[in-house]
Amino acid sequence: MAQQLRPSKPADKQPKIDWSRRQEAENFAETVKLFRQGKIDPDTFRRFRLQHGAYGTRMTDDYAMVRIKVPAGQVYPYQLEKIAQLSEMYSIGSAHFSTRENIQLHWVILEDVSEIMQSLSDVGMTSREACGNTVRNVMCSPLSGVCKDEIFDATPYALAIARFMLRNPICQGLPRKFKFNFTCCEKHGMIRIVDVGLLPQIQEIDGEQRKGFKIFLGGGLGNKSFIGHQLEDFTPVEDLLYTSMAVIRIFDRLGDRKNMARNRMRYLVNDMGWEKFQNLVLKERAIVKSTQSVIVKLNIDESINEIQRPISVSNESASVPDGFARWQKTNVEKQSQGGFNSVFIGLESGDITANQLRSVAEIIRDYSAEGFARNGFSQNIVIRYVHNDDLTSMYSKLLETGLAKTGSLTMASAVGCSGTTSCNLALTNSHRLAKEVQRKFLELKLDEDNDLKDSTIKISGCPNSCGQHEVATIGFYGGGGRYENNMFPNYTMSLGGRFDEGSILGHHTARVPVKRVIPVILKIIELYKENKQSDDTLSRWIDRIIHGNESSKINSVEDIKKEISSFLIPPKVEDEPDFYMDYGSDTSYHTVTGKGECAA
Amino acid sequence: MCCMNNSNMPIIDSKILREKIKDNLIRIVDVRREQDYQLGHITNAVNLPLAKLLADDSVESIQKIAQDFGISDETSVVIYDDTFGALSSRVVWALQYIGHKDAKLLDVTFSQWKTLGYEISTEVPEIESATHSIKENKEIMATAEYLEKVKENKNVIIIDNRERLNYLEQHIPGAINIPYRTLATDGKILRTKEGMKNLLKNRGISEDAEIITYCGSVGTLSGLAYYALKSVGLSNVKLYVHSFKEWKSLEKPIDKQENANYWDLSAE
Repeated sequence: MAQQLRPSKPADKQPKIDWSRRQEAENFAETVKLFRQGKIDPDTFRRFRLQHGAYGTRMTDDYAMVRIKVPAGQVYPYQLEKIAQLSEMYSIGSAHFSTRENIQLHWVILEDVSEIMQSLSDVGMTSREACGNTVRNVMCSPLSGVCKDEIFDATPYALAIARFMLRNPICQGLPRKFKFNFTCCEKHGMIRIVDVGLLPQIQEIDGEQRKGFKIFLGGGLGNKSFIGHQLEDFTPVEDLLYTSMAVIRIFDRLGDRKNMARNRMRYLVNDMGWEKFQNLVLKERAIVKSTQSVIVKLNIDESINEIQRPISVSNESASVPDGFARWQKTNVEKQSQGGFNSVFIGLESGDITANQLRSVAEIIRDYSAEGFARNGFSQNIVIRYVHNDDLTSMYSKLLETGLAKTGSLTMASAVGCSGTTSCNLALTNSHRLAKEVQRKFLELKLDEDNDLKDSTIKISGCPNSCGQHEVATIGFYGGGGRYENNMFPNYTMSLGGRFDEGSILGHHTARVPVKRVIPVILKIIELYKENKQSDDTLSRWIDRIIHGNESSKINSVEDIKKEISSFLIPPKVEDEPDFYMDYGSDTSYHTVTGKGECAA
Repeated sequence: MCCMNNSNMPIIDSKILREKIKDNLIRIVDVRREQDYQLGHITNAVNLPLAKLLADDSVESIQKIAQDFGISDETSVVIYDDTFGALSSRVVWALQYIGHKDAKLLDVTFSQWKTLGYEISTEVPEIESATHSIKENKEIMATAEYLEKVKENKNVIIIDNRERLNYLEQHIPGAINIPYRTLATDGKILRTKEGMKNLLKNRGISEDAEIITYCGSVGTLSGLAYYALKSVGLSNVKLYVHSFKEWKSLEKPIDKQENANYWDLSAE
């Protein structure tokens, strides 16, 4: 469109890997036709559709959500521009950044999905195996390569695993979905809540510095969540592929294919017991290694990305724009490379308009010395290698397009799954609630409060944890409550979840009516302020309470419950009709759900 | 008179228009606001703000506009705007409605024309008026009454060209949704013929279907769809010119996508 006709700039950097396969689009179009003609049964079609990254939509068979895979989160400016265009043509004019580094287009007419796939091929992207019982998008910390605490950059390994698994026959019919997460350090990744989580390590073996990983297996969030187990002290990079194949082979062979509610690998690990599973993996790895007819290796591209600061964008007005300090404090992370920064762009629940996507593309070109962006873990975008001297100018640019929301690296950036905006399983509008929480936090300037910085708020619209509520400092999942004859959206609140080296699932604390969620969060912050120690943080305070180590007036979850109890009592419907409506709705609440497809 | 009425060419290539400007045998119509027109327009273009056309949509009024612009029955007319072709296609439709046969859209918007570096002018051309007949082309017009009568017919397809969220929220029962943005492509107001045909094929829209397009209020976005469908050879396409605004004011039935808060997925 008009934006494509700008005067030419230096050519965009090209990604190293083309993930697409063009003929899949045409095949998809043909298969949709056969399905509509009744020549393919719905179950077969659903599996096919999910395999190609088109997920079902709330209460309708006419629409799909297209999930675009972004391996290791690496996304290039012209890819973002293409997605902007596709969102206007086939979706709702906005795209959505997920918690697993995917980019989603919602409310796409099923018959148009193939056109999106076709266009994605033009920019080297794919939605293949973004849904269904496959290896899902391989994640890598957005700070891998620039994190101050990392031992080495895991990105080439994440990309190599993604490349090996995509369209690989061994991954086409797993008992259930399968997730890999690579990280830079404990703090920035989520390695203990996925099937395979990997943390870079270096060990000296026979006097030689060897690269490798700490590998965690069998974690995962969902209706029932588990924290992953460490496989062994150190897994050298040469064993990365064999270990991955061994784990997938065991899961493929022993995973539960009948009971849809319990078929993720974490159940297998739990049922079998960790030690037995661990032994099985080590044994299987030996078999994989010794029975290869040809040597299978990962294709690891460790060539260095060119770092070249774009020609400085003129910044004649030397004045620092309003709000810059707050933005810098809450959105910018210094890199291990001197003089460079990683800038976090916060979105409300991951949503971004087509025009904002185009702005992000321009901003990457103008400010990032590596020439691409990384999708974050919290429904956000990270633009890295921004020079110190360019930060004010970049901030002004972000302000112009509403992309300078503060608090990206703080508790203010609440995560919300898609909820009743598009998901068949959702019971509540968690998506909107997360936006409301974020708006309130920014209004009260809570993003500037250092005590809250390392806490998180995460919200799911049902117990299935897509919003990752169980690893949040304050997490919520949606359900329905009833008072007299009226229903209202009611969230189960959990406290003290963590996804770092002290990973722990949140402690279920209370059921909180939707219109009381914000007051309850603020009340908990108030209690913390009254009882905090010097140099304390909210998350540490809650951690002490959960573990029974807090000695102030509030020293148990029960104490918190008592303090918030007045918020939990429903009013009479005639006194407060709004209490009985969900956010984004002006009619009384009732639960409606369709069939989930996670397990299809 | 020079003939650009090549039916294989749905829109006028901007490069060809540049040649034709010199011939001065065509009438170029700029459908933007007067103040924008005054700041610069394609050389020799006359200005027809859409509001002027909409002020009186009678055939006599359209005839007068054409005549004042020196458009006779035989004049080749090329129309452009800066609104992805939606306003100019509404003007094409109006001219076709009084029986004009040679009105076409420019393939780019005014902004794109400028970005291409093509010449613009601030001069207002002197125009001699002409005579234009009225041969009312009723097959391209749909009214609410007509739509209601035929909407159950198997061969009739009603297309809503508003954005997806507006469509989900409310639409004429049975209508399908092709947002106006779907009709365009990189740097051009319309897809290629092949691209358009592929879209229709995927959607199962056959070439002999009777199609009625509509949008929010005055038939601009749906005018573009009308034009796009006509230009790939669909013969029976009608514009519901008063569109959804009238449909609602007449309190006709409306459908919506229930039980989903899709608006909250938008970052607008």
